[in-house]
Order: sequence, then structure tokens, then C-alpha cells
Amino acid sequence: MSARSGRSRRWPRVLRRRPWENAATATIGAGAAMLMQPFSLDLYGWSFAVILAGTAAFLVVSHFPE
Amino acid sequence: MTQTSSLHTLARRAGAATPPVVAARVRGLSDRAVAWLFITPTMLLLLAINVFPLIWTIRLSFTNYRANRPNAPLRWVGLENYTSILSDPDVWHAMQTTAHFVVWSITLQVLLGFGLALLINRQFRGHGLWTTVILLPMMLSPAVVGNFWTFLFQPQTGLFNHVVAFVSGRDPSSFQMIGDVTLAPWAIVLVDTWMWTPYVMLICLAGLRSIPDDLYEAAEVDRAGPFRRFWSITLPMVLPFLMLAVLFRGIENFKMFDMVNLLTSGGPGSTTEVASITLKREAFEKWRTGYSSAFAVILFVTVFGLANIYVKVLNGVKQR
Repeated sequence: MSARSGRSRRWPRVLRRRPWENAATATIGAGAAMLMQPFSLDLYGWSFAVILAGTAAFLVVSHFPE
Repeated sequence: MTQTSSLHTLARRAGAATPPVVAARVRGLSDRAVAWLFITPTMLLLLAINVFPLIWTIRLSFTNYRANRPNAPLRWVGLENYTSILSDPDVWHAMQTTAHFVVWSITLQVLLGFGLALLINRQFRGHGLWTTVILLPMMLSPAVVGNFWTFLFQPQTGLFNHVVAFVSGRDPSSFQMIGDVTLAPWAIVLVDTWMWTPYVMLICLAGLRSIPDDLYEAAEVDRAGPFRRFWSITLPMVLPFLMLAVLFRGIENFKMFDMVNLLTSGGPGSTTEVASITLKREAFEKWRTGYSSAFAVILFVTVFGLANIYVKVLNGVKQR
């Protein structure tokens, strides 16, 4: 218990899980929208990079403490 | 107390019956080691049938490998397959077809499923029978559904065309649901909606049943009307469940293959060629295995990303 709270104390306050997880989720959603939108081939071209970045970020930030 | 002693007796007897060689091997194992012993076969199987093919596909996606020419020299092409997929207007068109299918089928399924759940949630005579009847399409195999809707959509003999003709007064053979460029994308939306609306209804029903009656009673005391109760209590309480249904159906429809392949095979032309059908054509008709592996990786990463969101929403629903 004390070790856990000590770890949370050491962890920077900016790196809380919830907002970062939301940002990663938004990135994945934006990437999926870019992949299937009918307006721009350039957006389609960058979609996979955005989805990959969002997914990788989600995997990392889901290990942040609450 | 008696139970404990009988358990001890049972354990002693089991120990005595264990062959000495096995007993000697097992005696020194910790609980963790025994646990690993049990899950190792499953993990090995999963590695062999899931993880290894995935890693192999990723490796192939960086090569020019063709499965119909296994002895041809393998060339490392780097990100070439990825860049050609992500700049190919035909693949982009397939993605748009997928988007049309996903967006419309989910919109219709959510509206109809939620409506049906609101109706089924009321107590009336034959409530159980109607629930079973509504759930029937969901229990059928997509292959069966694809085949029999092909018959229903036949212009001359199909029941669907005759019903539309009866309602609209048009000649039943004057339109083709799966042969017409305009109607075919809607035909697959219609069939998927028919099949999966009951699933969305079930999830919404679970959400509706989880709302405590106290809330409605308190709303009645406050003289809230039916619309106000729906807007302020029912909808917010069912919303996480709806999100769950939308994400699950979104992921499923994004990788939909069997039903669309049986209904239209991507035709007429390429008007119903969703991403999975394009992938199948590249892999098993054009035999561009490296290219199709890269495409499969793109689809996999997209589904994996969406699945992460799904798990996040699911955890939110569990915490309620």
C-alpha cells in the first residue's frame, strides 16, 4: 500500500491515465475517420500512421497510474 | 470440522494412490509452477495459431512474396507495400464502401434495436414469444443468411421484390437489389440490419433493465413527463450500453466478409467491394501476398485500436 502510494507520489501529476487515455482514444478515432473519409486522398494516406500512433500511445498510457 | 477431516483423508488417499515417480516429480512444485504447467499447452497453441501467423504476416508485408510462386527470390521492399496501399484510389474507394456499410448499418441497427428494446421492456401478453421471434435472425449463420437473401432478392421470383411491388405498385422485375449499382450497397446494409438489430436490442434491453425503478418514481413525483423521463433518465443510463453495441458492431462490420461475399461478391463492378473483399482479391486472385499482408496489417491495427476503445468503454460499463 505504502509502496504503491509512494510510486504515485513520485509519478508526475501531468501523466495521469485518464486524460492521456482520452487523447489516445481520440487519435485512434480520428485515424479511423481519416481512413474511411471520402474527401482527401492525402488524409487517407496519413490515416494508418495516425491509427498506429494512437494505438501505441494507448498501450503505453494505459499503464499510467489513475 | 468433519468436512475438513474428510478432505484431509481424501487428500491422503489421493496421495497414496499417486504413482511414486509422478509424486516425486510433482511434490517439489510451487503453486505458481503448477499454474504454469496447466496454462502452458494453451499458450503454446495460441502462439502457434495466432501470434506466429501475425508475426509472419508482418514479415511478409515488407517483401514482394507471391504465394503462387513460392520458389521465386524473395525481395525486401521496405515500406513500399504500405505506401502503395495508402496511395491507391481503388483501396481508398473500398474503404469508403466499408464506411457506407458500417455507418448506415450501425445507425439503422441502433435506432431499430433501441426502439424494439423499449417496446420489449414493457410487460404484455406473449412477451417471451416475441422476444424469441425477434432474436431468431441473430442465431442464423451469416452464410445461410447470405444465401437465402440472394433468393429473396431475385427480381422474378424473390419475395422481397414482390412485397416491394405490392406496397409501391411497381413491377417486381423492374428493379434488382443486388444487380443494381445504386441499390446493391443498400441491399447489404438491409441484410446486416435485419440480422444484427436483435443483438443491439439485447444490449439495450440489458441497459434498460439495469435502471432502478426509484429514478422513475422520483421523476413521477417531480411531475416529469414521458419525454423528460426518457431524455433525462432512460437515454443517459442506456448510453454506455449503446456505445458498447456501436463499437462491437463497428468492429464486426469493418471486417465483414462472409455475408457480403455470398450476397454480392463485391459487385456489381466494385460497388459493394468492402475492404475484406479487396483483401481477398489481392491475396487469392492476384496472388500479391506481400501487398495483401501489408493491407491485412493495416486492417488489423485499425481493428486493434478500435478494440482498445471497446475495452475502455466496457470497463466503464462494468464500473457502473
